[in-house]
Amino acid sequence: MIPSAFDYARPSTVQEAVRILSEAGEDAKVLAGGQSLIPVLRLRLAAPSLLVDLGGIAELRGVSESGDELVIGAMTRHADILRDPLVARYAPLLAQATATVADRQVRHLGTIGGSLSHADPAGDLPSVSLALDAVMTIAGPAGERSVPASEFFVDYLTTAMQPGEVLVAVRVPKREGWGTHYEKFNRVAQAWALVGVAAAVRRENGSIAEARVALTNMGTTPLRATAVEQALAGALASADAIASAAASAAEGTSPSSDVSASAEYRTHLAKVLTRRAVAAAGGIDAA
Amino acid sequence: MRITVTVNGQQRQADHVWAGESLLYLLRERLGLPGAKNACEQGECGSCTVYLDGEPVCACLVAAGQVQGRSVTTVEGLAAQRVQQAFLEAGAVQCGFCTPGLIIAVHDLLARTPRPGDAEVREALAGNLCRCTGYEKILDAVRLAASR
Ligand SMILES: Cc1cc2nc3c(=O)[nH]c(=O)nc-3n(C[C@H](O)[C@H](O)[C@H](O)COP(=O)(O)OP(=O)(O)OC[C@H]3O[C@@H](n4cnc5c(N)ncnc54)[C@H](O)[C@@H]3O)c2cc1C
Ligand code: FES
Ligand code: FES
Repeated sequence: MIPSAFDYARPSTVQEAVRILSEAGEDAKVLAGGQSLIPVLRLRLAAPSLLVDLGGIAELRGVSESGDELVIGAMTRHADILRDPLVARYAPLLAQATATVADRQVRHLGTIGGSLSHADPAGDLPSVSLALDAVMTIAGPAGERSVPASEFFVDYLTTAMQPGEVLVAVRVPKREGWGTHYEKFNRVAQAWALVGVAAAVRRENGSIAEARVALTNMGTTPLRATAVEQALAGALASADAIASAAASAAEGTSPSSDVSASAEYRTHLAKVLTRRAVAAAGGIDAA
Repeated sequence: MRITVTVNGQQRQADHVWAGESLLYLLRERLGLPGAKNACEQGECGSCTVYLDGEPVCACLVAAGQVQGRSVTTVEGLAAQRVQQAFLEAGAVQCGFCTPGLIIAVHDLLARTPRPGDAEVREALAGNLCRCTGYEKILDAVRLAASR
């Protein structure tokens, strides 16, 4: 199907993009890699009057270091993340999850900023951003503001960004000394997650000092598994302790039922995948 | 708008292009290159795969405005016939609709990894669906092309 007609603008700075978007109001949409937006336009599920393509804004692309953080430009593509040495060193969880996103063709165009802004609860990167305590830098008519991942995802396909705002960068705290793992369950190689679990674990001597666990596709937004995190804090780094903590993975979630899986099955998956993800992150043989 | 794009090594121009139409439409309907196929238009099947600046992408998910000044290679523009020949010999072509996209994906894989293992082949071709062959003949074709 052919999308309904829209105008097209290709600014070369963030400032210019924000100005064009603010003047156009609610009817304008940002175009990043187009890997979620173009399918939506083609199904005519959205009909913006103007697309503002961020592809010509060089400052939005690439990964850099700033003190204790990695600063990842919103237009950094999935394929760029996979070969970035800073990501490999300081945020391997992000690289591991990105490798499971779609297929090579899609990863050559799709961006991290587009994945987070699209806020699909089945997307792999929103839950990873939660588990890593990432902070979004957002530019708007009034200047820049920072929104932590925990406040960024507000509902199904909905973020805290207002019309006229642009996601500029994702700031990820460097996590040295943490083990991490992304466990995704899907039907076929290229498919979206039925459920996914992002885990980060810091061990001290024989126990788990701290853990972060976030769930993909267990509600209308990505969710932190806080009950699991609490149960793990200070627990023995053993397969039994992890299994017992993982049993509460679905607490406070509201998974959907659809053609691929029932809510009950998703609840089951959340527990099993949490056990696997935490064990792998902690370097513990789950048996 | 006027789009100027390098296609298969030649600079091409098209006038009165809507920036929102797809690269796939631009190639097939305006530039006379029907090699890349249109099947799902949703990025799912890979039958529209072409190189954009040297990397395989789904041409159905690229807006014409996004290719201004860039370089595209379609199946028609591949110089070597090694992969195509292997597909024919291995019986990896039935209806042929998925073939042009697969040829690009395999061409790219072998350029990066001359001797891929089966797992690497499967990963590299995960974005290309085939309704006919059951994939085994396609894997045979990749092994055959890699061996030459
Ligand atoms: C076949 C297929 C399979 C896929 N499988 C997966 C999968 O398994 N896991 C997964 O996580 N994803 C998957 N995806 C989605 C993919 O990751 C997309 O790249 C991503 O969702 C959107 O990124 P994009 O850069 O293409 O954004 P676009 O499609 O350009 O934009 C998406 C939305 O975000 C908005 N937006 C984009 N960038 C910004 C910004 N900087 N500021 C403000 N708003 C912005 C746009 O206005 C739009 O509403 C799949 C896609 C396809 C086509
Ligand atoms: S037609 Fe482009 S992926 Fe199917
Ligand atoms: S040969 Fe028919 S779809 Fe692959």
